[in-house]
Amino acid sequence: MISISNVTKSYPSAPRAALDGVSLEIEKGEFVFLVGASGSGKSSLMRLILREDVPSGGEIFVLGQNLVGLPNRRVPLFRRQLGVVFQDFRLLPNKTAAQNVAFSLEVIGKSAGFIAEAVPDVLRRVGLEHKANSLPSELSGGEQQRIALARAIVNNPAILLADEPTGNLDPKTSEEIMALLERINLAGTTVIMATHDRGIVDRLKKRVVELKDGVIVRDEKGAGYGVQR
Amino acid sequence: MNLKFVLSEVSTGLRKNLSMVVSVILVTFVSLTFVGTAGLLQMQINTMKNYWYDKAQVAIYLCTNTSPDTVCPQGEASPDVQKTIAAKLEGATLKPFIKKYYFENHQQAYQTFQQQFKGNVVAKYVQPAQLNETFWISLNNPNQSAVITESFSGVTGVEQVKDQRTYLDQIFSILNIASLAAVGIAVLMLFSATLLVSTTIRLSAVMRRREIGIMRLVGASNFYIRLPFVIEGVVAGLIGAALAGGAVFAIVQYFVQGYLVNQLPLTSFVGLGDAATILPLLIGAGVVLTAIASNQAIRRYLKV
Ligand SMILES: Nc1ncnc2c1ncn2[C@@H]1O[C@H](COP(=O)(O)OP(=O)(O)O)[C@@H](O)[C@H]1O
Ligand SMILES: [Mg+2]
Repeated sequence: MISISNVTKSYPSAPRAALDGVSLEIEKGEFVFLVGASGSGKSSLMRLILREDVPSGGEIFVLGQNLVGLPNRRVPLFRRQLGVVFQDFRLLPNKTAAQNVAFSLEVIGKSAGFIAEAVPDVLRRVGLEHKANSLPSELSGGEQQRIALARAIVNNPAILLADEPTGNLDPKTSEEIMALLERINLAGTTVIMATHDRGIVDRLKKRVVELKDGVIVRDEKGAGYGVQR
Repeated sequence: MNLKFVLSEVSTGLRKNLSMVVSVILVTFVSLTFVGTAGLLQMQINTMKNYWYDKAQVAIYLCTNTSPDTVCPQGEASPDVQKTIAAKLEGATLKPFIKKYYFENHQQAYQTFQQQFKGNVVAKYVQPAQLNETFWISLNNPNQSAVITESFSGVTGVEQVKDQRTYLDQIFSILNIASLAAVGIAVLMLFSATLLVSTTIRLSAVMRRREIGIMRLVGASNFYIRLPFVIEGVVAGLIGAALAGGAVFAIVQYFVQGYLVNQLPLTSFVGLGDAATILPLLIGAGVVLTAIASNQAIRRYLKV
């Protein structure tokens, strides 16, 4: 499903490589925590999987596509198979919850009929059908992240990338988001989540991939966050 | 393709960016009006050429007592000169070139002059003897005036051989320069119009960078992301071009047909039909230019 071999990523402005010889295999249906200190390369790795960036060296295959050779014009179709959420939600402030979700379908050319069915459906899945007509400013952080999740999964992606999705949320709200992510995972979507949150990782006992200075220092199934450094 | 969505994006873009859009419209309007005016001038030149070139004649002016000594040392041309020229015009060499010719004596020249300069003070003072006796020659092919000029220039008793088209050519070259100037101004303004379109589109893209970011994230095609911006530019260009078309029609209707026609009754002028020919060109130029400019602008913006 995702096959990363010996990937290096260096930014022109940075002296040290953000990722340095990273190799990783992720199977369909897995739930993977990407942990490590800030600056260890978690977001860089996510951007490569999403083909927002290309590696400086090495190879990445995602869903059978060789991302290094993938021409720019084929990137949009590739991305439709992936969903993404971020720490800062990235909702459009002038659109309601339902409109935010609908937007992501409209811009990939889905029909009005499809949208009319899919949007209420996915809002129900994240438990926010009653907030369909609320603006992001009228929603709590947790609710905003659930809308962002709804947007990410409305097109039934094979892979969900979550870059510190609980980073801005209190522990209780974080738990709700994690419960939702687990349910999404159980429904068949591969979930990769970057996080700092020791409590969450320790409790869920999933596969943990730990990055340190752009290098994978640990890859362990059913593990916890690891030793405090 | 979800047209309703694209159009709502376009109208949002146009409204949020109204002052820039208005300036694009105005610059396109003014520059295309110059283009249209240049087109009208060219059409006017052609209309006049068609009208006058056929009527233009070659004139052989005979010497008078007041002609300059350098060309006419013997003064007034003798009746023999007139006979020789007439014979030559009727001769086998020149006859095939000539459609018709007639001779105008002092008295006839005087009458024509009085008519042309009616009310002008010179009409009072001119004497019939001062006006050249003239052979007026219409050629089968007006381009072959050199045949006449070469046969009669320098002949004793002939003051000058003149193709009337040389007068017309002067007028036409002035009109040509005017239309070139209009084209030059138009090119400069169209250039600034395209720059303005680029800036406007980029501003519009900056204002919608969140939306663009989400579109790219969820896999909207580049075509779909760019389309609203290109349409936005084209709408502005289209409005500008339509206004320019209206201006061209107004120029023809109110200035040419409403004013010039009365001032210069003997000339034929461009009409609304000619303006209608120019209109699609203006619309086409407005649409194509703004489409290219906005497409380039949004491409460059999205690349970085
Ligand atoms: N666009 C960029 N340009 C230059 N350096 C970057 C860029 N993105 C990330 N980096 C650098 O790469 C390293 C890894 O960053 P990142 O992947 O964001 O780590 P994390 O998500 O684990 O905090 C850091 O040293 C960061 O400064
Ligand atoms: Mg990060």
